[in-house]
Amino acid sequence: MKPFPHLKLFRFPGGVHPADHKDESSQTPIQTLPLLPQYRVPLSQHLGKPAVACVRVGERVLGGQLIGLADSGISAAVHAPTSGIVRAITAHPVAHPSGIKAPCIVIDSDGEDALIARTPINRADPAATLARLHDLGLAGLGGAVFPTHIKLNPGPNAHWPILILNAAECEPWITCDDRLMQEHAAEIVEGARWMAELIGAQSILIGIEDNKDAAIRALNLAITGTVVKVCPVPTLYPMGGGKQLTYALTGRVTPSGGRSTDVGVQMFNVGTVYALQRAITHGEALTRRIVTVTGAVARPGNFEVRIGTPINDLIKAAGGALASATDTLIGGPMMGFTLHDPAAPVVKMVNCVLVKDAQHFPPKPPALPCIRCGACARACPVTLQPFEMYWYAQAKDFGKAQSYNLFDCIECGCCDFVCPSHIPLVDFFRYAKGEIWAREGEKAAADQARVRHEFRDLRLEREKREKAAKHTAAKQKTVASTATTPTAEDPEAARKKAIIQAALARAAASKAEITPQNTDALPAEKMQEIAEIEARRAQLRQTVHNKFIEDDPDAPREDTQT
Amino acid sequence: MLDAIWILSLIGLALGGGLGWAAVRFRVQDDPLVEKIDAVLPQTQCGQCGFPGCKPYAEAIAKGEANINLCPPGGDEGIAKLAELLGVEAIPLGEGLEIKPRAIAIIDEATCIGCTLCIQACPVDCIVGAAKQMHSIVAAQCTGCELCLPPCPVDCIRMEVIPEDLHSWKWRYPVITLKQVKTEQVRR
Repeated sequence: MKPFPHLKLFRFPGGVHPADHKDESSQTPIQTLPLLPQYRVPLSQHLGKPAVACVRVGERVLGGQLIGLADSGISAAVHAPTSGIVRAITAHPVAHPSGIKAPCIVIDSDGEDALIARTPINRADPAATLARLHDLGLAGLGGAVFPTHIKLNPGPNAHWPILILNAAECEPWITCDDRLMQEHAAEIVEGARWMAELIGAQSILIGIEDNKDAAIRALNLAITGTVVKVCPVPTLYPMGGGKQLTYALTGRVTPSGGRSTDVGVQMFNVGTVYALQRAITHGEALTRRIVTVTGAVARPGNFEVRIGTPINDLIKAAGGALASATDTLIGGPMMGFTLHDPAAPVVKMVNCVLVKDAQHFPPKPPALPCIRCGACARACPVTLQPFEMYWYAQAKDFGKAQSYNLFDCIECGCCDFVCPSHIPLVDFFRYAKGEIWAREGEKAAADQARVRHEFRDLRLEREKREKAAKHTAAKQKTVASTATTPTAEDPEAARKKAIIQAALARAAASKAEITPQNTDALPAEKMQEIAEIEARRAQLRQTVHNKFIEDDPDAPREDTQT
Repeated sequence: MLDAIWILSLIGLALGGGLGWAAVRFRVQDDPLVEKIDAVLPQTQCGQCGFPGCKPYAEAIAKGEANINLCPPGGDEGIAKLAELLGVEAIPLGEGLEIKPRAIAIIDEATCIGCTLCIQACPVDCIVGAAKQMHSIVAAQCTGCELCLPPCPVDCIRMEVIPEDLHSWKWRYPVITLKQVKTEQVRR
């Protein structure tokens, strides 16, 4: 492994400088919460398919025990945050912009906080390591919650020479990565080196915004003697965007519609790297994460929170919401969403709980018409034209919106931030994206239905034809069998028939031999009755015999086989 | 003079022959307009338009025998798309037809007697089962056409609207919330 050859930085286009409000929460060490009486663990915390519950209601579980199996494809497992009894598996409010309830495993803690037996991961076998990481439920803690084991597997054809740790934490108010790096820099550096081994990366860069002095100092101490490089980057929102940080550190431009791996860069959030280090050294499942609680709360700070902790309990631990509090945001002010129900639990995706107040978050003035000033285009870090995309999205002309590269939008909110008309541009882009995805889904379903319907028509047609063919064949056969005798035309058939007849004769003879002889001493009328029955039997036998002879010589043999 | 006539007639004959051969060889079997209309239709195969499926309806539209407003599953958006494709004015949905939320059929498996009538009715072959065996609907393939409801002798099939979950949810059209203002303030 060799260090990254240069440290020249590149400036991505656009970007904004919102007030960072980091000091409110970054000054105090990470705190822990007391054990709560109940945890609710959602089955869908990650990108991809929800996990499948593998515990029963009433079952006792231990802390770190697997309670939700990862589904096939893109999915991640979920684990019990503490020991206790599974109370229910039902729909509960979750942290999601929709406010829709989703299935959660409800665990009543027994107060013992007993842990399941854990074994460290043996890094010698990469495939087994990835499988273990899959079982331990690791997913990206930066916010996208993509299952980590998939990102760690480059496959035979990919080449990712650069590993970047995303420590930019560019969203205002959030300091969970900052505190984590200050307190666990050595573990993060160790985890990063193991990650680089897994993906075959030669250089490891830690991209960190230069407003985190303490974290940079801690990391610089931790990297001595390693190939890891700490790269302070200017504070410019959205530096923490994957493509933006890749460009800033390497000058490599991710193609439209592609990922940073297309230019040989793999990126992980520092929180994920810390979780991986814990998983490898302790065999620990992802059951807790660092969450910033800030804004209008009495004691803002960072907390190590068990997954499944109700968010209102977390706010209580930070001294409770102030009287001036209005809404609660999950995530930062630029990309976060409003929490519908504070009873929703903390999940792997939640990096910040931001309680809003009117002082810092004055209500947005009503939107005015777009004046096409172009401020949004200048602020866009992806060099899109938000005013054009907005124009077509609000007119529901999704094809046109898409032709302006709508899907390259990272929804960072820079355009919203600078818009002098206060238009909720990102809301329109999210709406347009959702509609386009829904239409694509409907189109795929319609295409499938068309194929199935056409196949059904084809099947009915074929069945009709086959039935008709069968009928004509049967008719022809009856005509043929009555018109000609097979013996005359086919010596082979005649030979077979002779064999069958001989066999039948033998069978009849043997039957006659073993005819029961207990009928000798019976009265005359009984004998008469028996004779009648025998006659009927003989007649039946004769009918069957006739059928044998008349039918195709192969037919009876087939019958006897089946 | 005679040479020129010969040459021109030969060229004419050759070109005419070529065109005639091409007309036979590269003949388009299906009406491409029908395909285009069929691609717009939702493929529910429900027959609410009065035709035995989406393709026959598309053919009827192409021939000008049917109006474009007979497809309830397509909704207003479907009518708009057809109008755009055919260059005609969009019209409201035909009388007696109503747009329903997307639903799928569910068989009450305890009541099902295994008569196979619904299997024969399903236009997309998405009901599995056999005679005197319980039937079940493959939910992912169900188009919600409701054609299996009438043949069922024990009425054990019901339609269920698909609820929105975290994966099917999508962002709504952004609306600017209006706030009530006191009338006195307005007067001032």
